[in-house]
Amino acid sequence: MAKATKNNTLKLKFDTLKYAPAPESKSSAKIDAQYDLFINGKFEKPLSKKYFDTINPATEEKLASIANANAADVDKAVKAARNAYNNVWSKMPTKERGKYIYRIARMLQERAREFSVIETLDGGKPIRESRDIDIPLAANHFFYYAGWADKLEYAFPNKQPRSLGVAGQIIPWNFPLLMAAWKIAPALATGNTVVLKPAETTSLTALKLAEIIQESDLPPGVVNIITGAGATGAAIVNHPDINKIAFTGSTDVGKIIQRAVAGTNKKITLELGGKAANIIFEDAAIDQAVEGIINGIFFNQGHVCCAGSRLFVQESVYKIVMQKLKDRIATLIVGDPMDKNTDVGAINSKQQLETIHKYINIGKKEGLEIFESNCVLPRKGFFCKPTLFTNVAQSSRIVQEEIFGPVLAIQTFRTDDEVIEKANNTAFGLSAGVWTDKGSKVFNLTSKLRAGVIWANTYNKFDPTSPFGGYKESGFGREGGLHGLGAYLKL
Amino acid sequence: MSRIEILKTYKIYIGGQFPRTESGRYYVAKNKKGQALANVCLSSRKDVRDAVVSARNAVGGWSGRAAFNRSQILYRIAEMLEGRRAQFIDELIKQDSSAKDAETEVNLSIDRLIYYAGWCDKYQQVFSAVNPVASSHFNFSVPEPTGVVSIVAAQNTALLGLVSVIAPAIAGGNTCVVLASEDKPLCSVTFAEVINSSDVPGGVINILTGKPSELVKYFANHMDINAVVYCENDTATKKLIQEKASLNVKRVLFYDTINWKNDEGQSPYFITDTQEIKTTWHPIETVGSAKAGY
Repeated sequence: MAKATKNNTLKLKFDTLKYAPAPESKSSAKIDAQYDLFINGKFEKPLSKKYFDTINPATEEKLASIANANAADVDKAVKAARNAYNNVWSKMPTKERGKYIYRIARMLQERAREFSVIETLDGGKPIRESRDIDIPLAANHFFYYAGWADKLEYAFPNKQPRSLGVAGQIIPWNFPLLMAAWKIAPALATGNTVVLKPAETTSLTALKLAEIIQESDLPPGVVNIITGAGATGAAIVNHPDINKIAFTGSTDVGKIIQRAVAGTNKKITLELGGKAANIIFEDAAIDQAVEGIINGIFFNQGHVCCAGSRLFVQESVYKIVMQKLKDRIATLIVGDPMDKNTDVGAINSKQQLETIHKYINIGKKEGLEIFESNCVLPRKGFFCKPTLFTNVAQSSRIVQEEIFGPVLAIQTFRTDDEVIEKANNTAFGLSAGVWTDKGSKVFNLTSKLRAGVIWANTYNKFDPTSPFGGYKESGFGREGGLHGLGAYLKL
Repeated sequence: MSRIEILKTYKIYIGGQFPRTESGRYYVAKNKKGQALANVCLSSRKDVRDAVVSARNAVGGWSGRAAFNRSQILYRIAEMLEGRRAQFIDELIKQDSSAKDAETEVNLSIDRLIYYAGWCDKYQQVFSAVNPVASSHFNFSVPEPTGVVSIVAAQNTALLGLVSVIAPAIAGGNTCVVLASEDKPLCSVTFAEVINSSDVPGGVINILTGKPSELVKYFANHMDINAVVYCENDTATKKLIQEKASLNVKRVLFYDTINWKNDEGQSPYFITDTQEIKTTWHPIETVGSAKAGY
């Protein structure tokens, strides 16, 4: 009875036709055996006297020892930042402030290849992504905000914006350098000084950035980079002499931080989790849309807060979309992140791999249909097969909770109203995607979806001029663009 | 024999209706001399819940209206308030205002509504951006309402403090649940009557009377509220609000140092405080080589 669905996808037989390995050279990456804390313009041994290992998640080999800052180290960094704020940075002519930021941007561009390699070694993301997206975007972010430093009075009509003071910034492991740039660049442009903590599994590029900051002659203490895990982050959040907390990470931790700063005068911005709907209508360019779904959920192994992790397919094209999606997944190259052909690299940590497996098991237990890529995973390192779940209910945990991995939950819909209702039925509101050839339908959807970033007929695009941030439990405040300035100013 | 005056029953305003509190409780509003002015509803947690349900139901319709239409409705509220000036002045005097202050407060309240009526279809233009991204995309950012806003209004003003926080929230397409001044509750109920005759859809503005000490925590912890506004300066209450707000990452706004009688009491930034910024990306086709050269 079932009618065969027409499929015009060109299927390459990868069993017989393989890409030769195309590894990026590691020679450009200079990684020291041990990294200390960057405080007041110098690399200083931690008062805690403790270090932890950072490993390559693709090989499980140790890359370096990283200082584990305790509360005393945090205090030292905050004092340096306060001193730099009071005596240097807040008094400096704004155009000179801007020139320092430009300098950092240029130096980052010059060393882009080195940073790309280290980002991939330390975090597991495909070299193609760190080379083409993470590092260039990070440099561009410094460029963009450098130019704002002496133009702030044009950004907020009828206001005289003033800086806040010392900003404590805590960033995640999915886009280590890019998130550091998103935090540091606007904070400096608006005249604040910074204490930044990278995530414990991906400290290296932030510490390499500290080297650049040192070489750029930025006055000591304006940017301090301290490393460590949750306890270090908590010491930043709870430090009494910090005026602003900027956090990017999970919604659970974001809530804890919002609660922790209650009763203080700290200004906060939170960029938290997401569970984005990616919606395909029957009139969409299906092949393009399938590419968009793949990019939406498998970009950076799905370690993306705005990942398109809930796919909604209009019923009339469900069969063909599924077939093309499965065919496309079969061609995804999963493996060595340093190989320039790799599409899906290593999961960032063992802990995250366990979280993803936990959710895959929940999906199986809920009786959902599962489809996994038949790729062969490397024996060492943390890897996960691209995974689809179908026959998924709106109430399923893999639909409601953020997985942060290459796992896509697929649902169907019939009408525009139905899919708007389903897409908005989540506590999150970070991003969404819409695929249709009809312009008026695009804008009906983009205006009714409750999310901070909406991609129409594209997905996972980022730009320094484009504000990013969420509705609802995906956080508040924006990063990027003119609107990103507001997070670091007293208006 | 002189005519017997008809006394007014002061009820709360939920979903375009004037119910009594579901709790059946009341308190006696008094002036400074201790004279009883009226029995006023002592709203409960369940009233807050009902008001939030009404406010949530009204978000889609209200935020979906044309900005011009919202502007017309705010203007209409001002018109209705103007028509009932005498009643509000009378109530303010009952609640210990001097005649002069009462008149000033009513005038300012009317003018404030006009001010925000004007902003309804303008703040989007002032606070939007077209972002010059480096790729082939058309990219723009616009403000959108955050959703349901709970408001604990200022205690020391009966009308102006209320109007000054309701107007920017609804001008921006939000709906709201408001707790009126506990000590000066009369005008809030009369203002609800003004709203009710001003084409404001039911549920867009919900007004409760009662004790902040009892109800603030529900204004802050209800999971279907998106933002909470607090206009007093009680340190412990502020901390409580921030803590409860973290349950669903509410936006928290403290207007504790604002003098609503001054110019600082009105600004489009009160509108943007309860707005989200939405950024939309749309590809630009790059087929062909035509240039827009002349």
